[in-house]
Amino acid sequence: MNKLIISPSPHVHSGDSVWKNMRNVIIALVPAYLAGLYFFGLGALIISFTAMLSCVVFEYLIQRYLIKGSTSITDGSALLTGLLLSFNLPSNLPVWIVIIGSLVAIGIAKMSFGGLGNNPFNPALVGRVFLLISFPAQMTSWPKPIPFNPAYLDAVTAATPLAILKGQFSEIPSTLNLFFGNMGGSMGEVSALALLIGFVYLLIRKTISWHIPISILLTVFIFTGILHLVNRELFSVSPLFHLLTGGLMLGAIFMATDYVTSPMNPRGMLIFGFGIGIITVVIRVFGSYPEGVSFAILIMNAFTPLINTLVKPKRFGEAKKA
Amino acid sequence: MKTFKMGGIHLKEYKFSAGIQIQTASIPQQAIIPLGHYLGGPSLPVVQKGDKVKVGQMIGQASGFVSANVHASVSGVVNRIDVHLDASGYKVPSVFIDVHGDEWLETIDKSAEIKRECTLSSAEIIKRITDYGIVGLGGATFPTHVKLLPPPGKKANVLIVNGVECEPYLTCDHQLMIEKGEEILVGVTILMKAIDVKQAIVGIENNKKDAIALMQKLAKTFVGIEILPLQVQYPQGGEKQLIDATIGRQVPTGTLPIEVEAVVQNVATVFAVYEAVQKNKPLFERIVTITGKSLKNHGNFLARLGTPLANIVEQAGGVPEDTGKIVAGGPMMGRALSSLEVTVAKGTSGVLFIPTLEAARKNMQNCIRCTKCVVTCPMGLEPFLLMSQSERSMWTEMENERVMDCIECGCCSFACPSNRPLLDHIRYGKSTVGKIIRTRQAKK
Repeated sequence: MNKLIISPSPHVHSGDSVWKNMRNVIIALVPAYLAGLYFFGLGALIISFTAMLSCVVFEYLIQRYLIKGSTSITDGSALLTGLLLSFNLPSNLPVWIVIIGSLVAIGIAKMSFGGLGNNPFNPALVGRVFLLISFPAQMTSWPKPIPFNPAYLDAVTAATPLAILKGQFSEIPSTLNLFFGNMGGSMGEVSALALLIGFVYLLIRKTISWHIPISILLTVFIFTGILHLVNRELFSVSPLFHLLTGGLMLGAIFMATDYVTSPMNPRGMLIFGFGIGIITVVIRVFGSYPEGVSFAILIMNAFTPLINTLVKPKRFGEAKKA
Repeated sequence: MKTFKMGGIHLKEYKFSAGIQIQTASIPQQAIIPLGHYLGGPSLPVVQKGDKVKVGQMIGQASGFVSANVHASVSGVVNRIDVHLDASGYKVPSVFIDVHGDEWLETIDKSAEIKRECTLSSAEIIKRITDYGIVGLGGATFPTHVKLLPPPGKKANVLIVNGVECEPYLTCDHQLMIEKGEEILVGVTILMKAIDVKQAIVGIENNKKDAIALMQKLAKTFVGIEILPLQVQYPQGGEKQLIDATIGRQVPTGTLPIEVEAVVQNVATVFAVYEAVQKNKPLFERIVTITGKSLKNHGNFLARLGTPLANIVEQAGGVPEDTGKIVAGGPMMGRALSSLEVTVAKGTSGVLFIPTLEAARKNMQNCIRCTKCVVTCPMGLEPFLLMSQSERSMWTEMENERVMDCIECGCCSFACPSNRPLLDHIRYGKSTVGKIIRTRQAKK
């Protein structure tokens, strides 16, 4: 007989792993990725590969040569951070800026806190916001959606729907165009349809629950709806417009639902989503930035530990007797 | 279809031994019967070296209210009272009996005829159960008479019978229901009389459709017994989860099922009650499932207490080549054995052989805060937090986080994608916090 293993129960494991969860999210992002390639062409391809590769390389170098430990790049989290970072960038962003973004995302937002599981803020969003503040001009020049655009750095640019709204200087795209993604914006944020397909996939695979995305979208819808009803002249666009534009879909489904930086139980998640929704609406409607989702998510990330402490899951035996 | 609402996981069932008729395990040459394998105080030996014993004769006496009598499962001569390895990994006091023949006490009714009439009163029933060493055979081995004698002011209004067998691989309860269904239902009526309730619900998971059909047919010939099929989910066999699933009541924290007016008993325990009351037979044998992916002859074996597991495993085709772990019980809550010289005890529901590749644990990674442990916890706890606190010896905080509510089902460790040993740390915390609580109560 072989040597016997003695360890406490349970003696079986689900087989789940960090990689499997990252892989599910990457698969869920495929429709949006294809939409990005369709509308933004070569630029989308270049920045996504640059971001993914540089994130993985930076994580490897930091773990092996700075921390001098073992590397965890095979768990797929750096790869996913790179992919999500590129989704939040305009597709004509120069390669060197993308690489700086990756370095900030992985090096500062993730590794300096202790690696996966220890970061308080969403790494991809930290990278993106850093780039927005450091390179405002490049980060707000949005390529016009041209099917399979072969141009990269010299892509023709146009304003995003939210910028149009702020500046009120041209036609807002039709709702159908907004839904499919035929508008200016970050590489991965434009197609609500593609992102929603990804959402359904994640729900089926039980990778995320519905609480955060639905509470964000519902909050934004309701509050922009109230504003629209109260003063149709000042708040001229419908709540549906708000749902389909900017990075809201991408943020609600893929960025706010990041495991590490979001609350740990359903009630906490609803509060988290509500906060993100409110802050997004305030920035969009009353702030000077056309878009506010990234800031909203980062601000609520800061509240996550507090939410986890104050909001506990429902305990067994708390419910009243039947 | 009903099930419990909070937490839970869906496991691959691997019921290889389902439908295999109960075989009798051969009687060993020497039986080593543990004196204290169940919850509660160990029993004290009432025999000594050289004593002749018959099957069914009492060899160990309960040492208090929460304790149970132990009876000889074989006939022969007591070799010695000594310590012997049991499933916990510790050596516990046991009675060693050299076997001669198979002579039973004359008072035991060995016939197979099913007796439906019970002439004993409620008090007499409970006394019989107490005297004959009946304990919970689902695995917890809690002395049955304690459940049947609630504290003053508390009374049950429903008996819930656990035919769920939610652990993968195990089929002893399933096969018992198929072969002894009517006896079980007689046992149910006996228990209903003992605790004076008019309603009994037998919960059976939906992966045992033949048992459900048979029991439903038999239940028609009894009064007040409902057979309730349940959606398959682990850990539905846990007392609290079963009560929630069958009657929708959640036992409040720190209390027992009697608080929601329910008493829960496993089907095998109920069968033992039938045999004790109707056949005058003490508890000295039970069904043990021998199973595993690579095992040759899966089976459900009727084995005498004190039979070395190695004997039964031989009958099942021997230890498979690729075995890396041998588990007494089910894969979620059973105990890993260091040797097959451990003997059958009252709680030995099965012996499971796990191949080496599956048995080894993977390396632990950082918690990625995916909430799977919280989502799967049937008690509404936060295992990731309890593990953190346990690592930092934060006992007061753990008590506030309801660590004592943990039923040790293992769903958290099972689900964790980072392979974190959540339950290991929680168990350690439970044991430390439990000591602190007991010290605090003793001081009062």
